[in-house]
Amino acid sequence: MSKSFLEVDGLSKVYPDGQGNEFTVFEDIRFSLEKGEFVCIIGHSGCGKSTILNVLAGLDEASSGNLVMSGKEVIGPSLDRGVVFQNYSLLPWKTTLNNIVFAVRARWPSWSKEKVREHSERYLKMVGLDHALDRKPSQLSGGMRQRVSIARAFATQPELLLLDEPFGALDALTRGVIQDELVKIWEETRQTVFMITHDVDEAILLSDRIFLMSNGPNARIAESVKVDVPHPRSRATIFQNPAYHKTRDYLVDFLVNRSGAALPEDDGSPKFVEPAKGMAKPAPTPTEESAAKAVNA
Amino acid sequence: MASLNVRAALLSVSFLVLALGAWEMSTQPPAAQESMSEYEMLMGGAEQESRVPPPSAVIRLAWEELSNPFYDAGANDKGIGIQLGYSVYRVLTGYLAAMAIALPVGFLIGMSPLMYKALNPYIQVLRPISPLAWMPLALFIIQDSDASAIFVIFICSIWPMLLNTAFGVANVREDWINVARTHELGHLRTALTVILPAAAPTIMTGMRISIGIAWLVIVAAEMLVGGTGIGYYVWNEWNNLDLASVIFSILMIGVVGMLLDLALGKAQRLVEYKE
Ligand SMILES: Nc1ncnc2c1ncn2[C@@H]1O[C@H](COP(=O)(O)OP(=O)(O)O)[C@@H](O)[C@H]1O
Ligand SMILES: [Mg+2]
Repeated sequence: MSKSFLEVDGLSKVYPDGQGNEFTVFEDIRFSLEKGEFVCIIGHSGCGKSTILNVLAGLDEASSGNLVMSGKEVIGPSLDRGVVFQNYSLLPWKTTLNNIVFAVRARWPSWSKEKVREHSERYLKMVGLDHALDRKPSQLSGGMRQRVSIARAFATQPELLLLDEPFGALDALTRGVIQDELVKIWEETRQTVFMITHDVDEAILLSDRIFLMSNGPNARIAESVKVDVPHPRSRATIFQNPAYHKTRDYLVDFLVNRSGAALPEDDGSPKFVEPAKGMAKPAPTPTEESAAKAVNA
Repeated sequence: MASLNVRAALLSVSFLVLALGAWEMSTQPPAAQESMSEYEMLMGGAEQESRVPPPSAVIRLAWEELSNPFYDAGANDKGIGIQLGYSVYRVLTGYLAAMAIALPVGFLIGMSPLMYKALNPYIQVLRPISPLAWMPLALFIIQDSDASAIFVIFICSIWPMLLNTAFGVANVREDWINVARTHELGHLRTALTVILPAAAPTIMTGMRISIGIAWLVIVAAEMLVGGTGIGYYVWNEWNNLDLASVIFSILMIGVVGMLLDLALGKAQRLVEYKE
């Protein structure tokens, strides 16, 4: 049997409940990711999404189960797995540029100063921040900080990129702009991404597949939903695709009506669903506005 | 309307003029008496000497002392600059020694809950001891008055630095530690490139408190051990009943203390960051 890029097998997390008993947040989590996939995970608050992501990052330990990435068992944090946290986690005493340089230098210690700087600036340019190299994080808006954080994660070119509700703290307008940027960077780099979100539209815009988690305690990853919307995608045009609406209806129905009792297949792997199977059609012809954007890019 | 700064400066100067004026008025010698008593003749007008000198006398003396601060005319007659120099040297030596111990130990305690629990009882007992209480023991063991004074400075400046370092290190945001972990930084790199800059403002606050305490303590310590230093100088001038010199040196203690604090304040601003 050919192994996937990332294999997650029988993961569970148990906490003492404070009254001498145990409290199982999630159990028997099984899934796999392929190289180059963008996968989002959606579930109600408290079902354990962040915990799963932190276990993948090596920052937290599961109570049972194991993780294998590229044939090697995952133990502890590593530069092969980059993380973007919800609260940006930039080092506030370093400038924008030096926050990236810090990461790039850790990744490639043998690189020359010039090479590190050039590489860092390239990624800041990708997120449109080449004008703010010497500013401290406290002098940036929330959206700009999250861009720096995303640039830092992409700049280290990890094998797997983990994002925990990266846009959760941003206003809707800013969020939209950065989502488009993320789409663009991902189309360029085809980085493998595992991302938590609570925004159904965001998940459809970005992902190849969406994992749906049932409610805790004893939460499971019940379904794996294929997003049949072709790339390249953009926020401005995706809603013109009927497959988008079909997928969206399916996700909302799960979250509203079925997340309480949903279960995976009998073998523990998520049920694979294709709500928009066969509806896929090529991306709509670009409107004038998005054509102008493409020329600029 | 003049700016707040200008108005404040004007007000400061008028307070000074008022205070000096009141001081000068209250220390005028009484109208000359018809004749001195025989006793007064014998003492050469000692009664007048025992009055607090007027500010004009202090300013005249300050001018003299400050125009030649580094003269050295034997054990009991050195310039104010030399005396202050001795005190600053002792303070800085004791302070740097305390820093050399307090920063690494503070890091250790801050990073390890085990070490914190193990060392905390000792710190809690040792910290409230008046640094001067160590003096007899220091004199007996070290057998050298200069080194004993330095030891007293060491022991009084170590606690704020130690506790602030431990506190700052223990409270570095988990997120930043996680950044270090996900970038595979080793323990030393994490300590130097993440924890140290993150805790630096808290550590600097401790260092600033320490230098203030050290400067308070050195005066008392030098009064006890004698020989040199500004504390000894104050006490010596008191024994000479030279009140103008006493007042002048009190002012100089204040000025140097302020300069030390300003220097540390500057350093503090260098390491501060906004989140
Ligand atoms: N240290 C802890 N002790 C006990 N319970 C915890 C601890 N940390 C997290 N939890 C519980 O684990 C559950 C999952 O948390 P989390 O992974 O943050 O959820 P999500 O990201 O899906 O909102 C929550 O119900 C939370 O109460
Ligand atoms: Mg979460």
